[in-house]
Amino acid sequence: MPYLGALKVAIVKLNPLYLWRNPVLLTVEGGALWATYEALFTSAGGSFPLLVAALLWITVLLGTWAESLAEAQGKARAESLRRTRQETTAKKLVGDHRDYETVPASSLRKGDRVLVEAGDIIPADGTVLEGIATVDESAITGESAPVLKEPGTDVASSVTAGTQVVSDWLILQVDVNPGDSYLDKMIRLVEGATRKPTPNEQALQVLLLALTLIFAMVVLTLWPLARYLGAQLDPIYGIALYVCLIPTTIAALLSAVGIAGMNRVARYNVLALSGRAVEAAGDVDVLLLDKTGTITYGHRMAAQFIPVGNHGEMELIAAALRTSVPDETPEGRSIVALAREKGVLPGDEAPGTTFIPFAAETRMSGLDTPDGLRLRKGAADAVAAWVREQGGTIPPDLDAAVERVSRAGGTPLVVAQGEDILGVIYLKDTVKEGLKERFAELRKMGVKTVMCTGDNRLTAATIAKEVGVDEYLAEVTPEAKMDRIRQEQEAGHLVAMTGDGTNDAPALALADVGLAMQSGTQPAKEAANMVDLDSDPTKLLDVIAIGKQLLITRGALTTFSIANDVAKYFAILPALLVPAIPALEGLNIMHLHSPQSAILSAVLFNALIIPALIPMALRGVRYRPSSSQALLLRNIALYGGGGILLPFAGIKLLDILVAALGVAA
Amino acid sequence: MLGMAILLLLALLLGIPTGRYLYLVFFAPKAPGDGWLRPVETFLLRLIGVREPYDMDWKVYSAALLGANGFMALLGYVLLRQQGNLPWNPLGAPGMSWHLAFNTAASFITNTNLQHYAGETQISPLSQMAVITFLMHASAATGLAAGITFIRGVTGRPLGNFWSDFIKASLRVLWPASLLVSLLLVSQGVPQTFTALREAHTLEGTLQTLLTGPIASFESIKHLGTNGGGYFSANAAHPFENPTPFTNLLHMLSMLWIPISLLFTFGDAARNRRLPWVFFSAAAVIFVGLYGILLHAEDAGDPLLHRLGIPGPNWEGKEVRFGMEGTSLFVSVTTGATTGSVDSAHGSLMPWGQTVPLLQMMLNSIFGGIGVGTMNLLTMALLTVFLIGLMVGRTPEFLGRKVEPREMTLLAAVILIHPLLILIPTAVALSLPQGIEGLTAPTFQGLTQALYEFASSAANNGSGMGIDGDQAFWNVSTGLVMLLGRYPSIVLLLALADSLRKKRAAPLGPGSLRLDTPLFTGILAFMTLLLGALNFFPALAMGPLAQALMLP
Repeated sequence: MPYLGALKVAIVKLNPLYLWRNPVLLTVEGGALWATYEALFTSAGGSFPLLVAALLWITVLLGTWAESLAEAQGKARAESLRRTRQETTAKKLVGDHRDYETVPASSLRKGDRVLVEAGDIIPADGTVLEGIATVDESAITGESAPVLKEPGTDVASSVTAGTQVVSDWLILQVDVNPGDSYLDKMIRLVEGATRKPTPNEQALQVLLLALTLIFAMVVLTLWPLARYLGAQLDPIYGIALYVCLIPTTIAALLSAVGIAGMNRVARYNVLALSGRAVEAAGDVDVLLLDKTGTITYGHRMAAQFIPVGNHGEMELIAAALRTSVPDETPEGRSIVALAREKGVLPGDEAPGTTFIPFAAETRMSGLDTPDGLRLRKGAADAVAAWVREQGGTIPPDLDAAVERVSRAGGTPLVVAQGEDILGVIYLKDTVKEGLKERFAELRKMGVKTVMCTGDNRLTAATIAKEVGVDEYLAEVTPEAKMDRIRQEQEAGHLVAMTGDGTNDAPALALADVGLAMQSGTQPAKEAANMVDLDSDPTKLLDVIAIGKQLLITRGALTTFSIANDVAKYFAILPALLVPAIPALEGLNIMHLHSPQSAILSAVLFNALIIPALIPMALRGVRYRPSSSQALLLRNIALYGGGGILLPFAGIKLLDILVAALGVAA
Repeated sequence: MLGMAILLLLALLLGIPTGRYLYLVFFAPKAPGDGWLRPVETFLLRLIGVREPYDMDWKVYSAALLGANGFMALLGYVLLRQQGNLPWNPLGAPGMSWHLAFNTAASFITNTNLQHYAGETQISPLSQMAVITFLMHASAATGLAAGITFIRGVTGRPLGNFWSDFIKASLRVLWPASLLVSLLLVSQGVPQTFTALREAHTLEGTLQTLLTGPIASFESIKHLGTNGGGYFSANAAHPFENPTPFTNLLHMLSMLWIPISLLFTFGDAARNRRLPWVFFSAAAVIFVGLYGILLHAEDAGDPLLHRLGIPGPNWEGKEVRFGMEGTSLFVSVTTGATTGSVDSAHGSLMPWGQTVPLLQMMLNSIFGGIGVGTMNLLTMALLTVFLIGLMVGRTPEFLGRKVEPREMTLLAAVILIHPLLILIPTAVALSLPQGIEGLTAPTFQGLTQALYEFASSAANNGSGMGIDGDQAFWNVSTGLVMLLGRYPSIVLLLALADSLRKKRAAPLGPGSLRLDTPLFTGILAFMTLLLGALNFFPALAMGPLAQALMLP
């Protein structure tokens, strides 16, 4: 039973040494203590003062219980994560050879080198130095297909503690000290152990404290004022008024809302490195989205070979095939597959042939044979420049072919052999489903979407139009991305982006919200303030919605809590003052049964509203993307208007109940 | 209600162009009158050792403001203590006691003008000019400078230079406006003379000595600067201060003139011409609603008198020359704009009527005092933005600038000050024999008197409900409350403005909380009332409300 477990924690949290972090609740505890003293030692007797004191204690307890419940939710998830991290041993390499000693994983330090072989659990987050292996990362990501890990490549060389080597072996360099791995951080975060109040929470706490001080002043000055009028007030009533006026509801639920927000993010398998990052996500108004992987599936498939000049299709296919056979990318494979469809099968290359892999700088890949044949395929302008460099000419129909592909939203790959351009491969990009609607929602929320792509302007424009992003950055480089982020930030915008490569790291660090992919490199993950364990960049959209929902929940509960005071005044003030100043009977507009029943029902309402709102605090309020005006109108009516009206009804009902039970005079 | 509509309309007609003029004077590189006023300003600045009006940070600005005000108040204190030994004292007013001089100096430097002395007998014409009128100008210029600087900060500009602002506020705003209003008052018969005493033959044929003096110049700045102190004890009910219904209207218009203008200055500074209307409407809604309550209560009259067969409205303490509307509207305007001049006896208002001036001083922003009223309205807007801003799914921003822990801490301190300065001193006064001694009515009315006195002091209003205030306890306590009601919030708000100004402003988008909408206007008005009510409802319940509910 999580509720009972949380209750135990809640009782422990009544300790003032802990509770001082929540000063509003601490003063409620003080009030409860004082009321208990009054009830036991100075009161005329009867069950009423004891009942009030008991209700005040219950109020504090419900307040701490709300936080404990949210923490329990997090703990449950932390537990399931911790299970994946049983104490493992590591084969730590000594010297330059493959000799190793077996040590506990917890003794590994940053910079150590370890060997992992088939069946071993990877003992620490690290980078592959040597070897090739397949690794099962399902413990972390839930993705069941094993992933290939090898050194050198940006993404594939990073491994995570707790994952298991399925085949072959790797030599790793450990990147983190024990306790610093992502798993450790995530466990600590979802447990709430390292949670610091976000700036907005701190500001809200200051306001709640100020309101508490004001109400303390309001209530304490009632005594001398009444004494001047010749009236004596009952302290129990005063304490009850004070506790009902101060914003106990939001004070009790504030940290639960924050923890629950982190939990919701965690449930999406996103590791947020701070609560602040989640809040910042709510504030984001510019999204830089990589086209590949985020907007499109990223598997661009060869759809057509378009020869240009006086070259034939077969000539183009043959050259395209030769450059693609060693190319392990999905694009490369799709070219081989399309060639096969056309009846062309790959042959063997002569020994000494060098394959030139794709590089972001050249934007080409290709093949140099020992007999001097040079094949290239790549971005249109890059290949054209290369051909011109060789002294070749550009066939007049190339532009038309490239443009036709681009206009259709595809990616044209131009194939050249020496100084001859043979033709264009039409790579088709598949756009993810439902994105157009989500971008429209984002626009309504005031979030601008910018698509970043290495494609040329024409291709970029076509896809941008197709999926409905607001702007696009074509032929983008990491530097261009940085510049764009800086530009947007200087104009006062908050920017979110996703990334996985090491060259994304500076931009991820610069962005207000940087979501790195778990499959990405260590520097990228370190620069980001969130990591998506499923490596799905589209999740950035969900994270933004969670951030907004978190902020709205906090605002709604605050407004509700303060709006409640109106009814509480009308319930308690007559109860407090009328016995001394009968003229004030006119204030008793709620016609409550008796002063005692009025106090009991108001305090009871004040206590019960906390558990009643816990589900809302944990789940978050309903949030549908819409304009700020619509959101404000809806929420102010619901939580402001409701906050004023509900307690009138609630207290009146409780009063009828209390009177019927006969517990109050 | 027609009178009120005309007043607000006239205030807008004056306020809109004046707001623009203030913007040019304080914000724009060029302003009308530069040609011949610049050299004068440069000369005056050089005179006090400022070669080039450099931009101050909030600490330096505050220090200059506090230093200048402290110096002027001290000067006033010394003159008031020594007036018996000084010339131009035909009636031989003696030097004031230390506590009365302290109270008076504090009262006039803080723009409060609470008067525990009688203008006819306890103050010399020299003091009227050299202390009272002088401090009225100084406190109005200080308030205007603070308000302008606050607007600069929240709209992201450097805070400017106190000395330059103070001189501009006097030279380009208060003096010309005072001159204009003085001439209009003189045209209506308000005396403006260095002759202190005039002999007059009454209808009965006896000889009467009348006190006169430079009254028109006194009256003009008294209302333009939302000061409120009277040349005579009867204040604006005295025919020399307020001879005709036209001067009555002119006084009310003068009080609202600059506070309303500043809203339009703010709109220009924030590059949003709709914002002034938000603040104007939010304050106007409260103003009109409360005035309605007041007028209705006074019009309905006293049911206990009705029972005795004396029908009609509550004429007690009203100035019949201005009628029911003229006096009731004056009550509303003078407490709304925290001026504190009176043309009727506030102590004679019906219980519901009393709640209106009390509540307006407790809200302190229903247009509010010169400069500080705008600051208070913007403070309420900041607080409202923080409370409801989250509900659009963004952390709260005011004009694009985020309200974060530092800003909230300053705001929280500011909102604590007002209830603290009203509730605690009232409780103390009602607990001590020295406090109760000054009250002139028992029970509920006595409680209301004490509450009113401190609300008036804390809001830097200055009107009273007829307590016998010239006693050490009341002079010292209200003196302290006036000082604490004035300066800490100005300094804290300047710090807040400075903190906001350094933030990067996010551009307004569909996801931002818009302030320039009817929805926000309504919320702002509601929050202003709600916060005031939450703070003061119990105290009001034990004073005027209890009395109101006791009536049949």
